[in-house]
This record gives sequence, structure tokens and C-alpha cells, in this order.
Amino acid sequence: MSQRIPLFSISLLSATALGYEVLLMRLFSIIQWHHFAYMIISLALLGYGISGTLIALFQKQLLKHFNFAYPGLLILFSLSSLSCYLMVQQIPFNAEEIFWDPHQLVYLLSIFLLLSIPFIFAASAICLALAQYPDYISRIYGMDLLGAGAGSFAIVLLLFLVFPMTALILIALLGLFSALVAARELNLKQRWLTPGIIIAGCIIFFTGVSSTLNISPYKELSQILRINGTQIIRQNSSPLGLLSIVESPVVPLRHVPGLSLNNLQEPLAQLGLFTDAGGMTAITRYPRQTGELAYLDQLTSALPYHLNNIQRLLVVGAGGGSDILQAQYHQVDNIDAVEINAQVVDLLKNEFAEYSGKLYQQQNIKVHIDDVRGFLSTIGTDKKTQFDLIQISLMDSFSASASGLYALHESYLYTQEALQNYIEHLSADGYLAISRWVKTPPRDALKMFATAIKALQQLDKKNINQHLLLIRSWQISTLLIKNSAFTENEITAVKSFCQQRSFDIAWYPGISKNEVNRFNIFNQAYFYQGAGALLGEHAEQFLQEYKYYLYPATDDQPFFHHFFKWSVLPELLSLRGQGGVLLMEMGYLILIATLLLAIAASIVLILLPLLAYRKTQSVSSANGSSHNSSPINRSKLFLYFFMIGLAFLFIEIAFMQKFILFLHHPIYSISIVLAAFLINAGIGSTWSRYLVKNYSYQKVMKWAISGIIVLSLLYIVILNPLFSWLIALPIVFKIVLSLILIAPLAICMGMPFPLALSTLGDNTDGQGQAYIPWAWGVNGCASVISAVLASILAIHLGFTVVILIAISLYYFCLLLFPGICISQ
Amino acid sequence: MHYFLNKLNKHTIRACLTLLVLSCLLLVSYPAQVSASSQEDLNYMQKRQHMVRLIEDDVRRTSVYLDKEALDPKVMQAMSTVPRHKFVPENRWDDAYQNNPLPIGHGQTISQPYIVAIMTDLLKLSEHDKVLEIGTGSGYQAAILAKLVDQVYSIEIIKPLGLQAARLFKQLDYKNISSKVGDGYYGWEEHAPFDAIIVTAAASHIPHPLIKQLKPGGHMMIPVGSHFITQQLLLVTKAEDGHITTKQILPVRFVPLTGDH
Repeated sequence: MSQRIPLFSISLLSATALGYEVLLMRLFSIIQWHHFAYMIISLALLGYGISGTLIALFQKQLLKHFNFAYPGLLILFSLSSLSCYLMVQQIPFNAEEIFWDPHQLVYLLSIFLLLSIPFIFAASAICLALAQYPDYISRIYGMDLLGAGAGSFAIVLLLFLVFPMTALILIALLGLFSALVAARELNLKQRWLTPGIIIAGCIIFFTGVSSTLNISPYKELSQILRINGTQIIRQNSSPLGLLSIVESPVVPLRHVPGLSLNNLQEPLAQLGLFTDAGGMTAITRYPRQTGELAYLDQLTSALPYHLNNIQRLLVVGAGGGSDILQAQYHQVDNIDAVEINAQVVDLLKNEFAEYSGKLYQQQNIKVHIDDVRGFLSTIGTDKKTQFDLIQISLMDSFSASASGLYALHESYLYTQEALQNYIEHLSADGYLAISRWVKTPPRDALKMFATAIKALQQLDKKNINQHLLLIRSWQISTLLIKNSAFTENEITAVKSFCQQRSFDIAWYPGISKNEVNRFNIFNQAYFYQGAGALLGEHAEQFLQEYKYYLYPATDDQPFFHHFFKWSVLPELLSLRGQGGVLLMEMGYLILIATLLLAIAASIVLILLPLLAYRKTQSVSSANGSSHNSSPINRSKLFLYFFMIGLAFLFIEIAFMQKFILFLHHPIYSISIVLAAFLINAGIGSTWSRYLVKNYSYQKVMKWAISGIIVLSLLYIVILNPLFSWLIALPIVFKIVLSLILIAPLAICMGMPFPLALSTLGDNTDGQGQAYIPWAWGVNGCASVISAVLASILAIHLGFTVVILIAISLYYFCLLLFPGICISQ
Repeated sequence: MHYFLNKLNKHTIRACLTLLVLSCLLLVSYPAQVSASSQEDLNYMQKRQHMVRLIEDDVRRTSVYLDKEALDPKVMQAMSTVPRHKFVPENRWDDAYQNNPLPIGHGQTISQPYIVAIMTDLLKLSEHDKVLEIGTGSGYQAAILAKLVDQVYSIEIIKPLGLQAARLFKQLDYKNISSKVGDGYYGWEEHAPFDAIIVTAAASHIPHPLIKQLKPGGHMMIPVGSHFITQQLLLVTKAEDGHITTKQILPVRFVPLTGDH
């Protein structure tokens, strides 16, 4: 049997490596915190850049022993994927101590280095195959992308079926299986290979099953488990998170954030519901009498029930059901609740149905598994489907919110367009109530206030200040937006509600200065001042002068949690000794640190092989062999592959956001859209090989890039109106439409990289071939930088600008393309 | 006498001689040990003084928020006498006097000295006060309080931590600290009311029993933030008429508005 190009093993490897990347994100979100997970994994992906450098440096030796090196790298990937993770979770890294304990930097560096190892092996295997088979670059790259696309989809399915630790074992075993496939494709006859792989498989299996997740001792779940008698009574896992239900029979859990200081009643018994070992919410034991729920009337979110008769309610983020219980206390007839995590609803409908009083099965309560905008798009805005109240209570934990860990999270829940959408679904006198954590100095409440003003302006409401009301406890603020103007009676009711509970009124139409900052005192009446300024003539000046970024989030810049202003950084840095660290938005700064580290590492990785090339060239010119060669134009080569790396991810990330808004449910939409992009790009890459048989490289390249530019520009113009028009379609049609729209763009995007690599492979004097690993490495580094840079650009300029930048980069690539293999 | 000596066997005489020699050696080495230990104490004392100076600097920088240029000298005196290193694991003794929080095991931390000083000062304690602490942790905060008031009561929910702190209080001879392991939600009814309460344990809300056990005119202090970094301090005040107000204090001099609004 003759040797075949190892296309299937490459595809399998890519699927496994992408699955591993997604899984690491999941694992780190559980054992550490999401923002550091993002940083560590982004940097670990520099393994792709490192692989290019390593192969460039040891190309000759590795290609000579390709039959050993290629399957060997696959085995090493498999072994390291498990072992490196297990080693990493033993490192006592604690993100918070990083500001004063230098050991933490060493730990962080060790984590990054260890996690980059599996990616180095995986990427080296692919890069080596590209260098070994220069005539089949388009097919190899195509299979690489197809595999990655399949992997992005498969890992989401896998995470629904098994716990993350089991998924890790399966991924390591799949890596080994790809080595077996490679041995078959390469027709290797070594007798030791199969038994060796089986032994390695056994080692992986037994090591994996005997390992457990080592969760940081500072996460909420670890903390609560230290209390005598507490135990996890149920765990469920899905791509949305690891759910842990905790029972504490000795010391009752009493999770009711924002409870008035005047409350005399002890909360009902609860079970703790943790997501990814943090973000605790409560499942409350169903009361025997409604009166037992009276304490829920001691929250700021209870205000709307005291202003009008609420008949129809929409609860956003049903979770353990606290908001629904509060509504039941106020005898609301008709309750709709949306919850994004199906497993939470499932737990309350099954295992904990008795405990929670079959809350989610009660006749007047309908729970929808969806995000709120997705749900609202499925119902009309006519009178029958309007709500008297839409209640959006705390959707994130205080500690994560307060330290700005969500800064780089896109959230379509709190954008200007979202608020408009909610208001449109309110009855004539309906309320939208949004509760947020009170931070010192204030951020969320004022940004939400600014967003509400914009939304009301867009809806052409007159006398906007008549529609807004803001109250707060020491811990939580509730903003009330009313579809019509607040009446005198309502204002009287607000005053009485707040007086009885020692809550402060920060804004109501006609408020006076001496009514504010009475019970929960701030150094200045920030909330009142801020609300007044935002409604006044000098709102723009206030937004500019406030030390946090309070401009409303939009669907194009959906970063509600981004509050950081660069101008304040020096001041905050000087205060870090006194705890000023928490005033900085950590998520954003980590993003910047990741970008800088990625750039620094990329410079080293890109420059290193060039030194080696120079040495080789000087040797070949000394031998007189360079007479007929046309030296590679390295700067053009670098620019081309770097810009392609940047542009591909810019477009992929930016369009993914637009499709997520259309398909709504983030996990499904991300996996579908990502898989569609990668698989179609893989098809594009494979197709380009056939196109160049009939047309010149330049012509194909021109078509591909023209396609990207035209389609991207077209989509910028038509996607938003198209999506608004079709938003109410059933989800299956929306998915099909998305796939149809993504396919042509992604097919075109799959071509420029393999076309340019193929021209290097075709370079007759063999010089170009030597540059294939380098080009691969440059592209790998650019991809890491691109993902981080896209987030930063989107935060400041919006996703549309990210697409426009990508279009320009593609255009420059088109101009550069003819020159990359031509002498200087 | 001769007879008596003859009765002793050789082994007994050898054992007695060995004991004598050892005793002499011990006596000779004692001053050296004492001097090593006092040298160590001196080192820690110097570090402690340095820590106090750092706190004073930070306080000056935050004076606008604290409404004062310096903290109560008695608080600073307590900070300069309590051996903070004894409240952290032995391998972190050298780091104990840096103005940082430190991990103490069981997923818990000892607060930054600057925050401990401010919290203690804001409670406005008097010599004959009775203070309740919810969340003993390392025991350091209780030890500081014990230098300033008559009696400190401290409750810790994590058993090993509570027992460890109790042992330390005994070892360091803090006779005016009573501690127990238990649920802090209900306070310590038998010893209520308290002149001041400090809640360092994480809680989603302020339990009513604690407000009830606070004397009229008393203060309650709650640090809010993460395990390592205190973001803000919540000062709860119970007026003489029982009226409750809270004040948010940022331990950092940071004004969010630069313009004139």
C-alpha cells in the first residue's frame, strides 16, 4: 500500500485541537475566573506561532524523518493535552495577588508555557505536513479548516453529554486516534506503534479518571463548602456552565442581596445554585403561606408592585425563581419568564420540583428557554402580548461585576436597542425595572440611566425625565422606566415605599436636592447629580468629565460593562496601594496586557527564523548557488501573511456578533456560526486548488478578495434591516438563512492564505518552500493578536469599524500578492 | 554516707552526671537563646513600625474621605504592638508587615493593615466598649480590638480556623477575647448589646439580629469587596432613637467627577 497525504489525520487533529481550546476555556472558567482564562488561552494559542518558528529552524531534519515526526507530534499532542492541564491546575496561581506578589507572575508564565505545549505539537504537525506536501497546500489547509469547523460544533455537543474532565480525557484519546489514522495514511509498518498507542491510551484513561478539578479556594463554591455540613447534592454540566447545587443543613443559606435594613423576617430555607463554582443564586423552599415571602417585598425591585396593579409580568433570567416568588407574593396573574440555561429549568422541574413547589410547572407561569430578545422577537407587540412589568434583576455576581471582569463580555441585554425593544413590549402604563449592583463610585446605574434616556429619545418620547425613576439601597439600585409619564400618585407611593424601607430616591420627575442621599449616604449625592446631569443640557460635558465611561452600549458596541477611561489610569495606578486596583476595570486591562504580551512574543517568534534563513542564504551564496534564485521579498511576505491573519479573524469575529444577535442563544449561535465560517473556508481552500488549474493565481486571488470586500460591504448595509425584518421567523429558518449568508463570504475567505502558501510552494528554486513554516508562524501570531485586537477595536469603535478595517487589510493583501515571491 | 554511696550502682551515677552536664549546658546556652529571640522580636518590631508609617502615609492621602488627617493614636498604637506575623502561616512571617493582604489557608485571608486600621478607627471605640466580630479569620482584627476595648466577642463559621484563632488568643494571652465557632447570623445574644460590630464574613445582606444587637449610638463596619481587596467600607450607624443609616466609604481618594456638576 502506498503512502497517502495524511488529510484525515490533519482534519481529526484540527477538530481535536479546537475542541481542546474551547474545553480549556470551560475548565479555566470553573477553576479560575473567565477573564484570566481568556488571557491564558489566547497566549497559549501562540503555540501556533511557535510551531512555525520551530519548523522553520529544524525543517530539514524534521522533513527528512517526516514519517516519524508527524505521528510522533500527534502522540505528543495527545499526551500533553491531559498532562499539561493537570500540571497547570496544581500551580497555586491567584489572580488578585498579582499586584504585590511577584511569584504570581512566575506562576502565570508557567501556566502559559505549559498550556502552549499541546498547541505547539498540534500546529507543528499541520505545519510540517504543509511543508512536506507543497503541491497539496490548499487541500491540507482545507482539511485543517474543515476539521476545526467540525470540532467547534462537536465540542459543544460533547459538553452537553459529559462533564468537562471526561471531555478532556476523550479529547486526549481522540488525539491518539488521529495518530493511528496518520500511521495508516502514511502506511507505517513499525510494530511498536499500535501497542505503544494503546499503552499511551491506557495511561491517559487511568490518569484522567483519577483526576478531579482543582477549583481555586477563593471561588464562592470552595468557600461555602468549608462550612460545616455543606455538600454538593447535584451537579450538571453543559457548555453554558457547570451547575452545582449545594445544601447546607447546619448553617442555613440566606441569599437575598439588597434586603432592606428594616427587614425583620428571616429568609426561607434555600439551596445554593452555583454556575462554574461562582455566581451563587438561590433555589428557595416553596412557602406554606404566601406571607412567608414578605421579605422579598423589602427589595428595591419590589417597587413597581406598589405603583400599579401588575397583571402580566416578564421576568428576565428566571434562575432559581426569586423574582417569580416576589411576583407571587404580589399576586401577579400571568408570569412569563425567560431563562437561557435549560439545565437550570430542568433541575427546578424535576429533581427540585417538590422543594421549589413545582414553581415552573404552575399554570400561570410559563418558562421559556431563550434569551429575552429572542423571546420578544417571537411574540408580537400588540395589546395582548404586552407586559405591565418587565423585571431584569441582578444578572451577574457582585464581585465579578465590581472588579470589572465583564469588561470584554459582549452583552445584548443592556444595549440602547435592547431597551427600546423592551419598552415597545410594555403596556401603555407598563414599567421596565432594571436592578444593578451599587458600586462606589457609581457606574452601572448611571450608564443604565444614560442608556434609558437614549432609548426613550429614539422612541420619540416627549419630556423624557417624566418617564424615569431611580431608587437605591446601600447595595442595589433599581431604575424604573415607564412607558407613560409617572403620575403624582405614583410619586407619593414611591416616597412611602422608600421611607418604609430606608431606601434612597435618586431621581423622580420633580425631585429636590434635599430629598436625596438620606439613608445610604455617599460622600456626594452622585446618583442624583449624575441623573440630573444626564437629563440636562450639559449631558455630553458630564459624560466626558466623569471618570468612568458612561456612554450607552449599542448593538454595534455591546460592551455595557466597559467603564474604563485611559485618562484615569495614572490616578488609579497611584492609588493601587490603598486598594485602587478594584477601581480599574480589570477585564479591559487584562485584554491590553494580553495584546502587549502577544505582540512582544510574536516579534521574537517572527524574527528568530529570519536569522536562521540569513545564515542559510549566506552559506548558499558562498557556494555560488544563489545566482539563479529569485530571493523572497520577506517584508512583503510578512505583511501579507500578517494582514491575512488579522483580517480573517476580524471579519469572522465581527460577523459572528451580528449573527449571534439574529440567532440569539449565544452558545448555539456561536457554535453554528463558527462552524459555518470554518467549514466554508475549508471548502474555499480546497476549491482554490481546482480554480488555479484553469486560472492564474492572481486571477483567483482577485476574485476571492473582491468577493470578501463586496459581500462584507453588502452585509454591513443589509444585515441589520434584513435581520429586523426576519427576526420573528422560526429558529430553523433563521439558522438556514444564516448558513446561506455565511457560506459565500467564508468560501472567499478560505482562499487567500492557501493561495499565497501555494505560490511559495511553487517557487521553482525551492526558496519559497523553505518559507512556508515561517509564513505559517506569522499567520499564527497574527491570529492571536487579531482576536484580542478585534475586541479592543470593537469596544472603542464598534464591530462595523472592525469589518471596515478588515476590508482594507484584504485590499492591501491583494496589492501585495503578486510581489511576495518576486525578487526585491 | 559511704554506705549510701556504695548502694548506688554505676549506671545511676552515670545518669546523674549526664543530667548535671546537660543542665549546665542548658544554663550556659539560655542567654544566647533569649538574645536570639529578642533579636527576632526587635526585627519584627522594626517591620511593624515601618508598616505603621506606611499606614499613616496612606491615611494622609485619603484624608478627604476619612474626614481626618490621622487616625486615632490608640488605634495606631495597637497596630504597632500586635504581632501580626503570629496571625499568618509561619512561612509568610517575613511578608506579614507589608501593607498587603495575605492568604492564611482555608481559602481565607488576613486583611491589608491599612484597611484594618481604618475600620477600627471608624468604629470610634472607647475603653469600656464591648465589640462583636463576625468572622474571626486569622484573629488579627480581634487582637487589635482587644487592645482598645474591654471585651471582644468573635464568631467564626469555619471550624478549623475558629479553633486555630482560639488557640492563638490563649497562647498570646488575649484574656479579653471570647471566641466561638458558629453561625454569625444571630450575633451573640447572651452578650448583647454591643457598642460596635464588625462583620468581615461575606453576607448577601445585613442580618436583622445584628442590627438589633447594636447599641443605640453604636457603629457597625462591613468591608465590601473581594477576598484580597476591600473595595468599599460600609459604616452602619444606629442613632440614639434607633434610626439606621449607612455610609459608603471609599478607602481611596478618588472623586469620579472632575467638572462642576
